[in-house]
Amino acid sequence: MTQEFRLKDEGLIDRSKKISFKFNGKKYFGYEGDTLASALIANGVHLVGRSFKYHRPRGFYGAGVDDPYALVQLIRNNETIPNIKATEQELFEGLEAKSVNCWPNVNFDIGGINNFLRIFLPAGFYYKTFMWPKSFWYRIYEPFIRKAAGFGVVTHEHDKERYEHKYEYCDLLVTGSGPSGLASAYSAAKNGAKVILAEDKPRFGGSLLTSEVTIGNQTGKEWADKIVTELKEMPNVVVKNRAQVFGYYDHNMLVMSERISEHMPKTEKFMPKQKLWYIRAKEVVISSGSIERPIVFGNNDTPGILLSSAAKEYMKVYGVLVGKKPLIFTNNDSAYETAIEFKKNGINPIVLDSRKELNSDLITEAKNLGIDIKFEHVVVNANGYRKVKSADIAKISEDKTNLGKIENIACDCICVSGFWTPTIHLASQSGGKTKFNEDIDAFIPSQSKQNETTVGSANGIFNLNDTLKNSFEAGYELSKKITSKENKLSVPAVVEKKNSKHDKFWCVPLPKGKKYKRFLDFQNDVAVSDIELALREGYRSIEHVKRYTTLGMATDQGKTSNLNGLQLVSNIENKVVPEVGHTTFRPPYTPVSIGAIVGREVGKHSKPTRKSPMHSWHEKNNAVFVDAGLWLRPRYYKKGNETLFDASKREAENVRKNVGVCDVTTLGKIDVKGPDAAEFLNRVYTNAWLKLPVGKARYGVMLREDGIVMDDGTTTRVSENHYHMTTTTAQAANVLSHLEYYLQIVWPELNVNVVSTTEQWAGAAIAGPKSRDLLQKLFPETDCSNDGLPFMGFIETKLFGVYARIFRISFSGELAYEVNVESDNGNFMWEKIIELGEEFKIQPYGTEALSTLRIEMGHVAGSELDGRTTPFDNSLEGLLSKKKDFIGKRSLQKEAFISPDREKIVGVVPLDKKTSIPEGSYIVRDANAKLPNPKLGHVSASCWSVEYNNPFSLAIIKDGKNMIGQKLFALSPLKNKSIPVEIVSSHYVDPKGERVRS
Amino acid sequence: MLFIKCPYCGIRSQNEFAYGGDATVKRPELNKEISDKEWDDFVYNRKSPRGKHLEFWHHISGCRQWFKVHRDTATHEIFKTLKPHEEL
Repeated sequence: MTQEFRLKDEGLIDRSKKISFKFNGKKYFGYEGDTLASALIANGVHLVGRSFKYHRPRGFYGAGVDDPYALVQLIRNNETIPNIKATEQELFEGLEAKSVNCWPNVNFDIGGINNFLRIFLPAGFYYKTFMWPKSFWYRIYEPFIRKAAGFGVVTHEHDKERYEHKYEYCDLLVTGSGPSGLASAYSAAKNGAKVILAEDKPRFGGSLLTSEVTIGNQTGKEWADKIVTELKEMPNVVVKNRAQVFGYYDHNMLVMSERISEHMPKTEKFMPKQKLWYIRAKEVVISSGSIERPIVFGNNDTPGILLSSAAKEYMKVYGVLVGKKPLIFTNNDSAYETAIEFKKNGINPIVLDSRKELNSDLITEAKNLGIDIKFEHVVVNANGYRKVKSADIAKISEDKTNLGKIENIACDCICVSGFWTPTIHLASQSGGKTKFNEDIDAFIPSQSKQNETTVGSANGIFNLNDTLKNSFEAGYELSKKITSKENKLSVPAVVEKKNSKHDKFWCVPLPKGKKYKRFLDFQNDVAVSDIELALREGYRSIEHVKRYTTLGMATDQGKTSNLNGLQLVSNIENKVVPEVGHTTFRPPYTPVSIGAIVGREVGKHSKPTRKSPMHSWHEKNNAVFVDAGLWLRPRYYKKGNETLFDASKREAENVRKNVGVCDVTTLGKIDVKGPDAAEFLNRVYTNAWLKLPVGKARYGVMLREDGIVMDDGTTTRVSENHYHMTTTTAQAANVLSHLEYYLQIVWPELNVNVVSTTEQWAGAAIAGPKSRDLLQKLFPETDCSNDGLPFMGFIETKLFGVYARIFRISFSGELAYEVNVESDNGNFMWEKIIELGEEFKIQPYGTEALSTLRIEMGHVAGSELDGRTTPFDNSLEGLLSKKKDFIGKRSLQKEAFISPDREKIVGVVPLDKKTSIPEGSYIVRDANAKLPNPKLGHVSASCWSVEYNNPFSLAIIKDGKNMIGQKLFALSPLKNKSIPVEIVSSHYVDPKGERVRS
Repeated sequence: MLFIKCPYCGIRSQNEFAYGGDATVKRPELNKEISDKEWDDFVYNRKSPRGKHLEFWHHISGCRQWFKVHRDTATHEIFKTLKPHEEL
C-alpha cells in the first residue's frame, strides 16, 4: 500500500526499514523512526478518536506531549494499555492500536449524538442534572456516564511487565535537549560537573531538528548531534532519551520516567518496560522549551486542524505531509517556516496572518517563494465533520472585533499558530514564583525557591543567539559553584532569521447570527461558551472556573488550553491576565504509569519476609503459615485432612495434656545494658524493677505517656548490669524507638544502652505438664527441678555443648519454659526438642493453638492491648506501682480512666456451649432492642476452650467486673448472629495460676 | 522527599527517618506534683505552626539517633539540624 502523504526523502526516518502495524484492525505500513501518529498521517488517517464529552471526531493536534487528542489503546506483548499518546508511541513491527471512547467504531460513534445535544450539556451539566433523585446516582446515572465518558479501557489482568526504580545524585540535571539544554549541559560538563541530560523524545535536539539555523559552521541539527555525541562519551555525563522529568519535589528531588522498551515489539527477559529515576540534583536547569498556542475559532477542533509547529515537525522529522491543500493561520512569524517548508515540498499553502502587512526575514522569504499571504485575515470557522474540508475566512478589523465578508476556501488542513507558551510546569512545581511577560503574553518563571534556573524558550527567550549565550553562561556559573573550576567555553556564532513582533490576537469573534462552538480545551471539550456561562453563574476565582468547567483538567493538563482560558476570563472580567493569575501546576507533567510508581515492590516483593531459623523444619512438617507483621509464623501443622479448627484444637489439647513446642523466635528482644539499667526499667515499666535479682525474670507492662498500654513482656536480669527484654512481635520496633527516645532525649544522664537482639536468638517455648521431664532430658547436667529452676527463674547452660538460655516463663498458663540459643543453632535445638520429646508425645503447635491457650487463661495480647485500653481496663492494676513514678503514670489519674463506665476485660461463654462467638461481636443487654442498640462492649478474642470443650471469648465491656454472672447477648450483624451468653471471669482456666508454679 | 542532615551521619533522604514530634516540649520531671493542665499541655497540646518549627526526627534506618530539625512547615525548608542537647 502506498503512503499517500509520505514525502520522497525528507525527514529523519529510515526508509529502508519498513514496518507494518494495525490500527482499528486495518493493516498499514510505516518506517523505522515513525511515531504511530506520523505513520497514520502518512497513510492519510486523521480520525483517531472521539472527544470526551461530545464524542466529536478527534485527529492530531500536536506532534508530541502537547497533543490533547490522539489517545489510543495499545496492544503489546498480549497486554492492552490504555491512553497511549499516538504522537509519542514509536512504531514497531506488529504494533496494534485501537481508538478509544467510541462505540461501535470511530467512524460511526453513537455517542456522537451528544454533539447535537450539546446545548443541553453546558458547563456543570453533571452537577446540575444528576443531583436528584439521589437514589438514581448509583443505579442509573453513574454507570451511564462512566460508559459514555472516559478514555481507554483498563485491563483487569495483572501487569506482567517489569518496572524499576533508580536513585541517582548529580550536580546538574538538565531537563530537555533543545538548544538551551544542550548548551547548559555541555558547558557544565566541560567544567567538570556531574550532569544528567534528559530528553523526553527519542531524538535529541528539540527545536534544532526543525529550524533553519546555523551554529558555528554547522546546521542546528549537526551541531546538536555533535554535542550529544561528545556528551555521551564523557564519564561525568548521563544522557537519556525517552526520559520525561515529570515532577519537581522538595529539596531538589526530581522524578523522571524513562521508557526503556515500549518502542520495541516485546520486552526482553528482565528488561524493564519503564524505569523511574529519583534524582537528587544540586542544581537544575529547566530547558523544557515552549509549546505553540492555538488561536480560537469556530469548530477549531475538527480533525485536520493542528499546530503549525506540529505540521512542520511531521514534514521535517517524519517526512509526512499533514495535507496537500494547507491553510496556515497565524499571528506571528514562526508559522511562515511551516509555509516555506510546504512550498519547498511542492505544496502551495495559503497563509492568513491576523497582522497588518509587515516585513521580516521570514515573510520576505515566503513572499519571494510566491506564497499566497492574506494579511488581516482570519479563519472564522472550519467546515467538515470527520476531516476539515474548507474554511470560512474573513478580513478582520484592526481592533479585531468586526469581520468582513465571509469567503469559503477549500483546504484539507489548517495549521494554527497563536505564538508560544513557555513550559514553566517544572519551575512552578519547584515552588518558584512566576510573572506575566507582556511581550510574549505568557507567564515565565520569576523567582526561584529551590536551586533551579530556567533557560531558553521556557524562560520566554525565543531567539537562538540569546538562548545559547544565556545557557552556556548558566551551565558554567552553576557548575563553577559546585566544582570550583573555571573552564569557560566560548559561545558559537549563530545565524538565524529575525522575527517581527507577534499580534496579541487569540480568539476570532463569532460572525453575526452564528453560534459556532469554539474550543479552548480540546481534551475535555471546554468551549468559550462554557467559560462565559461559568462567569455568568458567578464563578470568579480561576481555580473555581477551572474545576467547574474542567478547563485544563484533562490528562494533557491544559498544555494548549491554559493561557487562552486565562485570556478569555480576563477579557470578560475586564482585567489583565496577571490579575486573574494562573492555576497551580502540579506534578506529573505527563501521565505516569501506576506500574512505574510501584516499581518492583509488587506481591512478595512489596515488603521483606522474615523467617525464623526453624522455618524449613516447619515447611517440611506441613506448617500452614500466617503473616505476623513481616514474619511468617506457623499457624498450625496440618495432619491429613484436618481443618484449622481440628488442628489447633489437637495442638492445644496436647499442650494441656502432654507437652508442646512453639517457635517464639519472632518475639522482640532488646538487650538493656549499663549501670543505670535497673533505674531505666523502673521508669519504663509500671511495676518495680530495682530489686529484681540476677537470674530472675519479671513480667512488665509499659504505658505511653497518655496512660494507654503500649506493650507487655518479660524482662530478665542476665547479670548485674545486663537485662534481656522481650516485647510482643508486633511492637518490637516501636518499643525500641520508645526506649531510645527516653535514653537520648529525656534522660540522657542515664548510663544505659539498648540494642535489638531479636534476630540473634532462636526461641522455643516448651509448654505442658510434661515439659519439665523433657527439659531434664535436654539438659541432663542442669537441675531443672522446681527448686533448681523455679517459676520466673533463668539459667544459662549448654544444650549438648551449645550455649543456651532457659527462662521459666509461661504464656500458655501451663508449666512452661522458653529456651533460647544463638540463631545458627536454632534448628539443632528444635530437632533435639522434637527428638527427645517423642517419648512425652510432644507436638509442635502454631499461633492458633497459642491463642487458644492464652485466651482461656485470660492473658491479654494485641487484641486487648489495642492502643485504646488502660491497665485498669485489662485488669492489670496489680502491676501499677504506687511507690514510684513511671512513664504515663500521671495520666492514670484522668477522670475518664477511672470512671466506672470504662470497659473492662471479662470472659464470655455462650449459653448453649456450642455456638462460637465471632470476634468483633457487640455485647448488648437486649438482642431485639431498637437500633441503634446500646452497646456494652465488644468481643476481642475467641477460641474453643480445650479445657472445657466449649467456646470461650474475651470481651471488654462496661462495668465488666460487676457484670459477671449476667446473661447478655453477643450480636454480630456482619454474620447475622445473635447469641445468648453468660459473662464469666476472664481467667477461665486455672484462675489461681497454680500450674505455672507446679 | 526531604533531604535531612543527620548530625551524626550527614545528609540522607527522608525515607531513612521517622518524624518524632515537637522538640520544644519538655517532659515534666519524675515524681513532681503537677497540675492537670501542665500534664495535658505535655501530653496533648501542641501548636501547629505554619512556619518555623523545631521538631524531633529519628534516624531509624541509620544510626538510630534522635535529633532536632528546625524546619519550615509551609515550605519544608530546613534551616538547621542539632543534636538533642544542643539549642538553636
